[in-house]
Amino acid sequence: MIQKKLTLVETAPAAGSLPAVQIRNLSKWYGTFQALKNVDLTIARGEKLVICGPSGSGKSTLIRTINALESFQDGQIVVDGIQLTRKPEDVEAVRKRVGMVFQQFNLFPHLTVLENCTLALRLVRGVSQKEAEEKALHYLGKVRIPDQAHKYASQLSGGQQQRVAIARALSMQPDIMLFDEPTSALDPEMVKEVLDTMTQLAGEGMTMAVVTHEMGFARQVADRVVFMDRGEIVEQGVPSEFFSNPKELRARTFLSQILH
Amino acid sequence: MHYADNVDYPRLLSRPSVYIPGLGVLFGVLVYAQAGTSSIGKVLAGLFGLADDPGFAANLLVALLITAVVALNVAMVMRLTIRQQMYVVWAELAVLVLLFFYSFDLSFEFIRRKIGFLLTQGLMTTLYVSAISIVIASILAMIGAIAKLSSNGIALGIANFYTSLFRGLPLLMQIYMIYLGLPQLGYVINAVPAGILALSLCYGAYMTEIFRAGIESIPKGQWEASRALGLKPRDTMTRIILPQAMRIIIPPTGNQFIAMLKDSSLVSVVGVWELMYLARTQGQTEFRHVEMMITASLIYWILSIVLELIQGRIERRYNKAQTR
Repeated sequence: MIQKKLTLVETAPAAGSLPAVQIRNLSKWYGTFQALKNVDLTIARGEKLVICGPSGSGKSTLIRTINALESFQDGQIVVDGIQLTRKPEDVEAVRKRVGMVFQQFNLFPHLTVLENCTLALRLVRGVSQKEAEEKALHYLGKVRIPDQAHKYASQLSGGQQQRVAIARALSMQPDIMLFDEPTSALDPEMVKEVLDTMTQLAGEGMTMAVVTHEMGFARQVADRVVFMDRGEIVEQGVPSEFFSNPKELRARTFLSQILH
Repeated sequence: MHYADNVDYPRLLSRPSVYIPGLGVLFGVLVYAQAGTSSIGKVLAGLFGLADDPGFAANLLVALLITAVVALNVAMVMRLTIRQQMYVVWAELAVLVLLFFYSFDLSFEFIRRKIGFLLTQGLMTTLYVSAISIVIASILAMIGAIAKLSSNGIALGIANFYTSLFRGLPLLMQIYMIYLGLPQLGYVINAVPAGILALSLCYGAYMTEIFRAGIESIPKGQWEASRALGLKPRDTMTRIILPQAMRIIIPPTGNQFIAMLKDSSLVSVVGVWELMYLARTQGQTEFRHVEMMITASLIYWILSIVLELIQGRIERRYNKAQTR
C-alpha cells in the first residue's frame, strides 16, 4: 500500500496518558435480550482497533454506545476522561470528541457536500461560514473529493459518498473516529477507495475503532482485533496472532466462514 | 403511467366482451330512466317527429341514439394517443357539465350584473379567510406534530386531545361553538375571526397528522448522523429533519388547502360575506338562486384547478431537488 503524503490529522491528540476510551463492565439489554454482556474494553490513544464477529454479536451496538447513540444499563464508559452519563453536557462533550461514519453514509440529502461538512462546524463549534468552508474544503481535499463540493450526495457514487462522510466527521476535528461497517453498503469496486482513505487516516495517528468484515484491512492496519459473539468479547489480540492462531472455537468458526 | 409493463395487453374498451355489455348496460339505463323525456331527449326525438309523444318508442329511439354516439365517440378516442385521449375526455366531460348548467335556462344578464360583487367581495373574502387559516393551521400542525413526537407527557396529552376533539367534531359545529359559545365566556368575537379560528383549529388538527407522518418518514440514520455530529435537538429538527420532511408534507398540505378553500363556505352560516354567503343571498331578491349557485360553483372549481396546477409545480420542483 502506497502511503500518500497527506496529513489528515492536523491537531495532535489531547495530551496525557489517559486512554481514549475506557469501557468497564458494560451491559445492555433490549427488553429481556442482553445485547452486551459485561464488556471490558480500553482503546489507547492512537490505537487502531478492529471489531469483528458474526451479525448480531453486538459489535455495532458496542461502538454506538461510545457516542451515546445507544444507551446502556450497567457499567461505565469514559471517553477522553469524560464519564458518559445521560446529562446533555456530558453527551455533548463526548460527541464533540468522537466522529462517526455509518454503514449507510447518512449524508444529508438536502445539503450540498460542502454544506454537509460545514453545518456542524457552524452550529456546534460556532465557526464562521468562511472559516468553516475553508476547513471543510481542506478535508474534502484530503479524501480526494475537492471538486464535488457543490454537488448533492445523490450525484455521487457510494464510495464518494462514504468519503464525504469521513470528511464530514473529520471536519469537526475529533480525537476518536468510529466506523460502523463503513464498506458493507458499497459496491465491490468502491470498497478499496474508502479503505485507502481509512488506511491513510490510520497512518496519521488517528484513534480508530472500526467494525468491519474487511479482514485484509484488519491485518494491515489494526493494532488489535477484537472478536465478539453474542454480546461479549470472546477473544482479542494482535492481527497476526488472531488470524493465524485463533484460540477460541467460535473465532475459528467465524474466520473459516469469512476467509473461505 | 406508473411502472407500465412492457406487455401490450388488449385494451379494455377494444374487447367485445367489455364494450358490448357496457353499451348494453348504458342503453338499458337510458331506457329505464326514460331518456326520451329529458330535455336533450325531447330535442332528439323532435328530429324524428316523435317530440309530442314521449312514449316507449321515443325512449328507445333516444337511448339508441345516445348509445350510438357514445360508442362512436369511444371508437374515435381510442385512436388517439394517451395524452390526447386525456384532454379530449376531460373536455367532453367539462362540456357535459356546462351543458347541465346551461339547461337551467339561466339569466346571463343577472349573472353579469352580480358577478363583479361576487368576485370582489365574495371571492376575495373566501381567499383571505382560507389563506390566513392555512397559515395558522400549518403553524398549529407543526407545533402539534412536534408535541406528538416529543417525550413530554403534557405536550403529548394536549396534542392528542386537540387532534381528537377537532377532528372529531363537525366543522360546522365548531364554527357555531366558537361564534356563539365564546360570547358566553364574555368574549365577543366577530364572524370573520370566528370563521378563521374554526377553520385553523380544525385543519390544524388534520394537518398535525400529515406533519407527524412527514417527520416520521425521515430515516433514523439522519437523526443519528446529526446527533453524532453534536447538533442540538432543535438544530437537528430545524436544519436536518424538517427541510427533508417538507418534501413529503407539501403535497398533502396542498390537498388540505384545496379542501379548506371549499370548507370555508361553511363560515357563511355565521354571516361572513364570502362566496357561498353571497351566492345564497344575492339570488334571493330576484329568485335567481340557481344562477348564483352555478356561478359560485364555477368560481370554486376554477380556483381549485388553479391551486392544483400550482401544487403540481411545487411538487415537481421538490422532486427535482431530490434527484439533483
